Amino acid sequence: MNDAQTIAVEVIGIEQVTPQIKHFKLAAVAGGSLPVFSGGSHIIVVMQGADRIHKNPYSLLGSPQQLDTYEIGVRRMEESRGGSHFMHDRVVIGSRLEIAHPVNLFGLDKIARKHVLIAGGIGITPILAQLEDLHGGGVPYELHYSVRSAEHAAFLERLRRREGDRLHTYYDSEGQMIGFETLLATQPLGTHVYVCGPAGMINHVIATAKACGWPDSHIHWEQFSAPPVGDAFEVFLARSKISVQVPPDQSLLESIEAAGVEVPYLCRGGVCGFCHTRVLELDGDLIHNDHFLSEADKAKGNSIMPCVSRAHCKRLVLDL
Amino acid sequence: MSAVFNLHETFRDDFSYRNSARAIRRFPLPFSEDSYMYSVNIEPHLPGPPGSVTEFAFDVDEHYVAECRERAIVLAAEPLRYQALPHMMSSQWDCLELIMESLARDYPTHFSLAKQGNRWHWINRPLQIDQHFTFGDTATLPRQPLDYITRQAQGDFVVMDQREGDLWTEAGMVTTQADWSLDFDLGMTFKEWHGPVPLAHELGVFDRALKFLLNLRLGQPVRRLNWTMTIHPRLDTSPENYPQWGTDRATVTAQNAGDLVHLRVELQGLWRLPRSNAIVFGIRCYLVSLRELATVPKWARRVHRVLKDLHPALVDYKGLTRYRDAAVEWLAPFDDGSPTTPGTAPE
Repeated sequence: MNDAQTIAVEVIGIEQVTPQIKHFKLAAVAGGSLPVFSGGSHIIVVMQGADRIHKNPYSLLGSPQQLDTYEIGVRRMEESRGGSHFMHDRVVIGSRLEIAHPVNLFGLDKIARKHVLIAGGIGITPILAQLEDLHGGGVPYELHYSVRSAEHAAFLERLRRREGDRLHTYYDSEGQMIGFETLLATQPLGTHVYVCGPAGMINHVIATAKACGWPDSHIHWEQFSAPPVGDAFEVFLARSKISVQVPPDQSLLESIEAAGVEVPYLCRGGVCGFCHTRVLELDGDLIHNDHFLSEADKAKGNSIMPCVSRAHCKRLVLDL
Repeated sequence: MSAVFNLHETFRDDFSYRNSARAIRRFPLPFSEDSYMYSVNIEPHLPGPPGSVTEFAFDVDEHYVAECRERAIVLAAEPLRYQALPHMMSSQWDCLELIMESLARDYPTHFSLAKQGNRWHWINRPLQIDQHFTFGDTATLPRQPLDYITRQAQGDFVVMDQREGDLWTEAGMVTTQADWSLDFDLGMTFKEWHGPVPLAHELGVFDRALKFLLNLRLGQPVRRLNWTMTIHPRLDTSPENYPQWGTDRATVTAQNAGDLVHLRVELQGLWRLPRSNAIVFGIRCYLVSLRELATVPKWARRVHRVLKDLHPALVDYKGLTRYRDAAVEWLAPFDDGSPTTPGTAPE
């Protein structure tokens, strides 16, 4: 993607739905409908900050049937590098943003016999749109939604109204936990499970499902990583023949882009593999933060996902 | 393209199909140099120059009405040339929307589409169709949405569902194919479907193509050209009908090759579909006889050289074995050995 293909949107609604989550409604500046999408899709939101551009992925949580607005939910990250703080502190009604066309890396399986959806906290956002795709489809489904406490349960009224007894809520504050072992051991053949939430929850669901004998193809998850902060280092782009400094609070991808070199990307969250880049030389260690490369590929050390991963080194040479 | 359609031409029996001089000049020659080997030759499906086959998302040319009639003939005899598995219904509506919106936008004199919410009104003037229907409600159309709209489009369409990190061939309209069968391939994964292609698997072409397509983006379609050769301007060279066309290949001589042998080029377009997250693969077939092709001197020299030096595995896979030498011999007098300019333009 490049920025020529973005859509200009205006913020037409903001609601603080939990102490940490704001709900934004976006409409096309040009008017009319936004592009059709499928449940589970995300958009990249491009934010023009004071000294840099932030590009963060956010799941679309509104109905794919209602295209006059897109809805996103943004959790204020404690260790934010700026994007979520920008959305929370700087964006007001009337603010203009750029967004990319939706991409779906977390789609529903169309031949599933049943869907089990599991959300933790802000992970409810892609699942809200998946639920819209399931309404009226005739395939059974159930939702398990886990949050810290009632005040942290974003979009709960909407879910209660639409899902009725398909919705199961769990509050940490009251000692309620999703019984993953029982849940996953008792599903009929042909069931698919979808999980979005904290890393610990995702890993636990995957491990439990595998232990219960679920095939990999029936386990779906999505977790966008924010690029972690790290040490500064220098990267040399072999084809462009330029050196770029990567500061501690900027990702490798952002630093390369700031130097005027375009890298193809889709999700900017370590999921899709689109920015996969060859490492030509390295005098230290790669710090892989993506969910795309296998452990074996990470150990080889000859490629990197610059959207979320970085290096602990003096100098890294990339095939860019 | 102009509003003039070759209303009465045929792709069977008397084979009265012909290209106008203008159609020859815009023919999508797939050879940018004097030799050919497989590559992942995928490029963005951006608008080409005015009048070119890539000016619009879907090219409607002088053969439109005749090709739609040919499709109806094939379907009447063999209804399984159109198939869609039950979970592909949302992708069917996606395809109908894509094709109707594109045709109405790009050829307003031939097609129009009016929408009031989900109530749509479609007019196809060349085929004299006037249809009111409710988008999303199959009962309001005379056929399934993909069946309905691809009977009004040139070229074959295959819809691939995306799941399990793969693309599954699970719906399609295939009546103008180069010796492959939707009925046989329905339900296959991407690499199963392409299993018979020689050399390309070893070159890693399908690994790269699949990885690329899994990340194909909404609003950013891509295209590529593929080619083979066909005896007579016959659109339906299907395995189902092999007995009707296979023996044609034994009738080619160095004397009649100019009229019998046709270069068959597929303009293949790939679009991500929005509701279903599926991909539609359009395979638009263009046919030109060697005699028509030879009216462009550069193309005659180039095709002569490509055919003469073609890799033996490709000669066999493309089914050219019996008549390749005759075609080369027919083209030889047009090749004086002078160089060809780079690129595919007729110069």
